[in-house]
Amino acid sequence: MTIDYNAKMPEKQDVTEVYNVDPLIVKSHYEIDYIHSYAQDSEFFRAIGKKKLMGSKCKKCSYTYATPRSHCMMCGAETEWYELPNEGRIHTFTTCYFGGEAFLKETPFNLVMVEFEGVDSLFMSRLIGAELEDIKIGMKVKAKFKRNLEFSPTDVYFVPVEEK
Amino acid sequence: MGKLSRNVYMISGGVTKFTKSSPDMDFRLRVKKAFDYAMNDANLELKDIDGSVASYFSDHFQRQLMSGVMVQDYLGLTPKPSRRVEGGGATGGLSFQAGVEEIASGRMDTCAVYGFESMSHVNTWKGNEFIALASDTNFDYPVGGFYTGYYAMMAARYLHEFGATVEQLAQVSVKNHNNALSNPYAQSPMNLTIQDVRNSPMVSYPLTRLDVCAMSDGAAVAILADEKKAFELCDNPVLVKGIGSGTDTMRLSDRPFGKVPLLPHEKESDYKNLKYPGVHSFRAGRTAAAEAYRNAGITNPLEEIDVVELHDAYTSSEIQTYEDLGLCKYGEGANFVSEGKADLKGKVPVNPSGGLLACGHPVGATGIMQAVFVFWQLQRSIKKHFGNDKLQISNPKRGLLHSHAGTGTYVTVSIMEAVK
Repeated sequence: MTIDYNAKMPEKQDVTEVYNVDPLIVKSHYEIDYIHSYAQDSEFFRAIGKKKLMGSKCKKCSYTYATPRSHCMMCGAETEWYELPNEGRIHTFTTCYFGGEAFLKETPFNLVMVEFEGVDSLFMSRLIGAELEDIKIGMKVKAKFKRNLEFSPTDVYFVPVEEK
Repeated sequence: MGKLSRNVYMISGGVTKFTKSSPDMDFRLRVKKAFDYAMNDANLELKDIDGSVASYFSDHFQRQLMSGVMVQDYLGLTPKPSRRVEGGGATGGLSFQAGVEEIASGRMDTCAVYGFESMSHVNTWKGNEFIALASDTNFDYPVGGFYTGYYAMMAARYLHEFGATVEQLAQVSVKNHNNALSNPYAQSPMNLTIQDVRNSPMVSYPLTRLDVCAMSDGAAVAILADEKKAFELCDNPVLVKGIGSGTDTMRLSDRPFGKVPLLPHEKESDYKNLKYPGVHSFRAGRTAAAEAYRNAGITNPLEEIDVVELHDAYTSSEIQTYEDLGLCKYGEGANFVSEGKADLKGKVPVNPSGGLLACGHPVGATGIMQAVFVFWQLQRSIKKHFGNDKLQISNPKRGLLHSHAGTGTYVTVSIMEAVK
């Protein structure tokens, strides 16, 4: 073992971005890639590739969900996959002019909660093809599916259906 | 479910002035300021505190895990027991109740509940993204990614369901911002008109910028004690008469369409055709209220409560909450505000402090701030702490505080009562 009495930490030339000196405020960067599993909800995302919107139906009490959920909140029993109707109606809606940073570039966008005939709960999605003043509660809408899947719930979206 | 097994009192409180950004202090120093205010106000010393509960919401804002113990350390409370409690927007209310339980269980005789959040570490839109991580990140976050968007959908359905107007929503903003003009702790006191609220930029229809609370840096502290210690340490303690909490589904989509859980003063025939909660009402809020009222022996809240501090992150949610709390029937909340019943001089003043809309919403501190303001109201010490008595409710006996998370996912209601 040799002790180096003149040991010196190597200098870096990376720049620290400074916003203010009193108090001292600097930029601190952080990013991460997750290894994210959709686990028991995987089938929902795969089915979109087959242009199917899958909800859940309780095997015991028959409560139907417009969302994936592998166990029933009403009775605790297991559910089974259940194909939702392609068309539904707007239960409620909004148009977002601002959003979280990741979505700012997409603003303005419409959010809708869709109700389906005979299904006990709702489904949240984007609505395109209509602007705020055109959107009404009760309006008929249908699901459309992206061709190039991102395996995100935005692979499905809704558009208005013309009612004669 | 029963009552608290021994009496719990609040004996002191402190709040920092909430601000958009105070980079001159970190979270530890901010809590220290509120803590010292509370300790000095009741002439307490560190040896008087048995332990604590730390209240903060997000680890993302500071990218620091275990911030709670850093506060414990800074305050000089180590090696005493402490834990962190977290539940989104209701973090403060849940933490306050955890502190109450520490005393009620007999484990501690005194407990400091400290809350904080420093949201200025990121810009507003990144902050909105962090907050949106408190929605289901598989199904809701990727679609909307924005809490105001979720609340806007609930508000739109509420307006449709009950025939309320956007101007009535705006009245909540006018009332709360105006109340805050006399609250030196408030972040954004403003003298507004309904038109000002409607003319401010649309965030998510029907909610404008002035229908929505802001992000904040802030801290608040509540000190709790059992009956013996309370009267030994404080000459004007306030009793925590009852607590309640409730939950609902994480996804708004999964809310059922069932029956209203009735409060003692309501009848099933009041809600014959109402499908509940759907997305227009907060079942967790109703559940919390029912439990708190049962424990506090309240059968007609409008007549038995003198002051309310509730979680008005959005004007719409204040109106929805009047109904969950049974201050009026479901569907009557918009008229409740437009008839002036929630005004400072109304039937039951709601958010005399200015609420979240005007005080700001440093999440972990917010529910504790409400406890401190209700405590000061019931102590009748607003003048001492605010430097003026414009917001002091005359001779209030009972106060209610309401803390609310997610899209109504965790909600707490606590009832406090003046004893002097």
